[in-house]
Amino acid sequence: MFEYEFLQHYWWFIVSLLGGLLVFLLFVQGGNVLIFSAGRSEAERGLIVNSTGRKWELTFTTLVTFGGAFFASFPLFYSTSFGGAYWLWVLILISFVFQAVSYEFQTKAGNILGRNTFRVFLVINGFLGPFLLGMAVATFFTGSDFIVNKDAAGDSLAPVISTWGNGWHGLEAFTNIWNICLGLAVFFLAMTLGALYMINNIEDGNIVLKLRLRLWLSSFCFLILFVAFLLHICIAPGFAVDQDGTVFMEKAKYLHNFLEMPAVLAVFLAGVVLVLCGIVKTLSSKKFRKGIWLAGPGTVLAVLGLLLVAGYNGTSYYPSTADLQSSLTIANSCSSQFTLKTMTIVSFIIPFVVAYIAYAWRAMDRKSLTADELKNTTDKY
Amino acid sequence: MVENALIDWSRAQFALTACYHWVFVPLTLGLSVIVAIMESIYVAKKDEFWKKTAKFWMKLFAINFAVGIATGIILEFEFGTNWSNYSWFVGDIFGAPLAIEGILAFFMEATFFAVMFFGWNKVGKKFHLASTWLTCIGASISALWILVANAWMQHPAGMEFNPDTVRNEMVDFWAVALNPVAVSKFFHSVLSGWMTGSIFVIGVSCWYLLRKREVRFAKASIRVASVVGIVGTLAVMLSGDSSAVHVAKYQPMKLAAAEGLEDGGERAPFSIVPGIEVPGMLSILATHDINGYVPGINDILEGYTDSEGNRVLSADEKKERGDIALAAFKAYRENMETDPEAAAGARKVLEENVEYFGYGYIKDKEDLVPPVWLVYWPFRIMVGLGCFLLLLMIVVLWAERKDRIVSLTWLQWVALCSIPLVYIAGQAGWIVAEVGRQPWAIQDLLPVNAAVSSLSAGAVRTTFFVFVAVFTLFLAIEIRILLKAVRKGPAVDEPEVYNN
Repeated sequence: MFEYEFLQHYWWFIVSLLGGLLVFLLFVQGGNVLIFSAGRSEAERGLIVNSTGRKWELTFTTLVTFGGAFFASFPLFYSTSFGGAYWLWVLILISFVFQAVSYEFQTKAGNILGRNTFRVFLVINGFLGPFLLGMAVATFFTGSDFIVNKDAAGDSLAPVISTWGNGWHGLEAFTNIWNICLGLAVFFLAMTLGALYMINNIEDGNIVLKLRLRLWLSSFCFLILFVAFLLHICIAPGFAVDQDGTVFMEKAKYLHNFLEMPAVLAVFLAGVVLVLCGIVKTLSSKKFRKGIWLAGPGTVLAVLGLLLVAGYNGTSYYPSTADLQSSLTIANSCSSQFTLKTMTIVSFIIPFVVAYIAYAWRAMDRKSLTADELKNTTDKY
Repeated sequence: MVENALIDWSRAQFALTACYHWVFVPLTLGLSVIVAIMESIYVAKKDEFWKKTAKFWMKLFAINFAVGIATGIILEFEFGTNWSNYSWFVGDIFGAPLAIEGILAFFMEATFFAVMFFGWNKVGKKFHLASTWLTCIGASISALWILVANAWMQHPAGMEFNPDTVRNEMVDFWAVALNPVAVSKFFHSVLSGWMTGSIFVIGVSCWYLLRKREVRFAKASIRVASVVGIVGTLAVMLSGDSSAVHVAKYQPMKLAAAEGLEDGGERAPFSIVPGIEVPGMLSILATHDINGYVPGINDILEGYTDSEGNRVLSADEKKERGDIALAAFKAYRENMETDPEAAAGARKVLEENVEYFGYGYIKDKEDLVPPVWLVYWPFRIMVGLGCFLLLLMIVVLWAERKDRIVSLTWLQWVALCSIPLVYIAGQAGWIVAEVGRQPWAIQDLLPVNAAVSSLSAGAVRTTFFVFVAVFTLFLAIEIRILLKAVRKGPAVDEPEVYNN
């Protein structure tokens, strides 16, 4: 069961699944973008902040665990991408760091910067978080400018194995239109999910009405951008790897991957259908409030499918445009068999974690959030 | 060529993040225990007073918690952004504890923190109490795994160097997880957090006593906090003792620097401050034997024979062996595809010298000595303050039990003024641990100049100042919010108690 190749695939699956869960949980960020546009009065804004505020730590924790799991299972990615695309990751981190303190600080007396400043931080993270993470994921398909040379470790004066090809250190990702395209798509998806989550979580006619209007806009933009990105990667050449590990460009590689892995295609399509169902059912019926429970799991499946296509079936998941043979694959960037095996045993605990999260979530969200509840409690942000 | 400026800015940035992180984390660790005990008393006694007391401290806990999370995520990602070579060279071992920390601890903390904070009217009393305890346990488990990772850097175990993949690979998970250094470190660090939480609660409560406000609340809080603090401090002292033995064994240079010991020997003296020494005491602390041999800085550089009779190589000899290892590694890589015989020979040489591989990256043997004053003085500050704080907690508990705490104004002032001291002690402790092992990112295995990312010094300097600004802003805001919240008070005392 614990053959090396299986373990590599298993861990790419786990990392992809965490990636999918992370994008779903970005509904917190997407919801925060709407603080000022869907919440006109203080009471309404308070409802939005407290609604996403009860979930933000899950998103944050998933981001941290995504990083930790990537480090443990594919350390060469951690080292190459984080150390190379420095500015991109630092920007992502800073936006999340401001978000982490803003909930707690915004309404507290003595917070120096004032309530609205912290809410603006939440809005900024609401845009930058999903947008930049989307851009970082887009580079899995478009490539990055780096070289990996393991022999460098023998040079006592310059022993760094992974080096970036330019001084922009990640900012050059902004010059590729397709990175921007997926970044924006993820942002609008997060906004869509944020609106769907709050339609479900908040009991307030006014807010829900405005959320529905925002949902039209965000889901439309998301669909256009996502379909464009999908078509692009299906047509454009992709980074393929042959049996002996040589990387080469293959026309329509990602389309081939979908067709050669019907199970992955099925997961991806099921995800897309669920996301569409969640959006369409919510927009077509005012009574329907469970859209997030279709679109959320749909997002997890769609992102999972997309990331599996990036890493499975002889594909380089983190390709290098500077030197094709430096490209990272699940085989050349992973941890040792022993470590992957150990981590696999640890991963068996994940279902228990998911179970207690679901239990606590249900217990806390049995009733939707109302303005009355917030008025009568001190247990709030 | 890796510039010195890049190494120094990268070190400075990591040190900055770690120091700030350790401002917020110990209070989280300590307060979480104290509020969990208070809520347990509430559930057992069904007395609303204890619920309000617990809720007040929980409010302060929450204000502090978020900043700990914010600094923590940067710390985790800095291994990749600033120490990318490290991340590959030892990621096979080091990544695992970080991932386990996320899966086992962070989700537990995040999930149950939300229940603890928002769930008072949403879930049953027992579920709520369980959530408070699970938040506390989650915080400690998270500390456990990050300290396992840190301990591994101080005393690497359970791995082998693989020249094919050019990294160290884990071969024994339990040697990593149950590293003796990790066990002492866990108790030493987590329970020092109990001290922080305890002194914080005692200090704030004494402020109320000075103001003659919230007297019942303050006394009850002091009672719980001082017991937690005394238990914590005793455990910190015990684990400190075993830490000293580990440092003597695995990181003799750190110990020599902490003592400012130029030339060691048997019956080595312990320096209280320069000029005042206790003969033989260092040998007892380091080896639990008055005749134990403790090497000084010069002995370590020149080579010596330890108390078990093993000859320890001089710095020059180690560097020489490191150069041989590095040259053999190069020869192996050059020949591995073209000349298997030459490659096998090179590999053999590499394996014979691999223990000193890291010394191949050391330019000058003087680089092996950490800045002595920055280890010597923090060590004295840590130990001195630790002893003082233990005494303080004992006196405070005694005064509270004898019902004299309300009248002893000087004691209230001392306790209030001790809040910064417990933070200084904690920071000093980490400075000893981390500065003392320089230049090693991983003891004897990887020095910082071979661990750093290939970035420009200017880029790291920029992010350093950005982080200085951001963290300082957060700290200033947190302190101001805490002060406002304390001034407002818990308002739990009944008027008659107040009048008494």
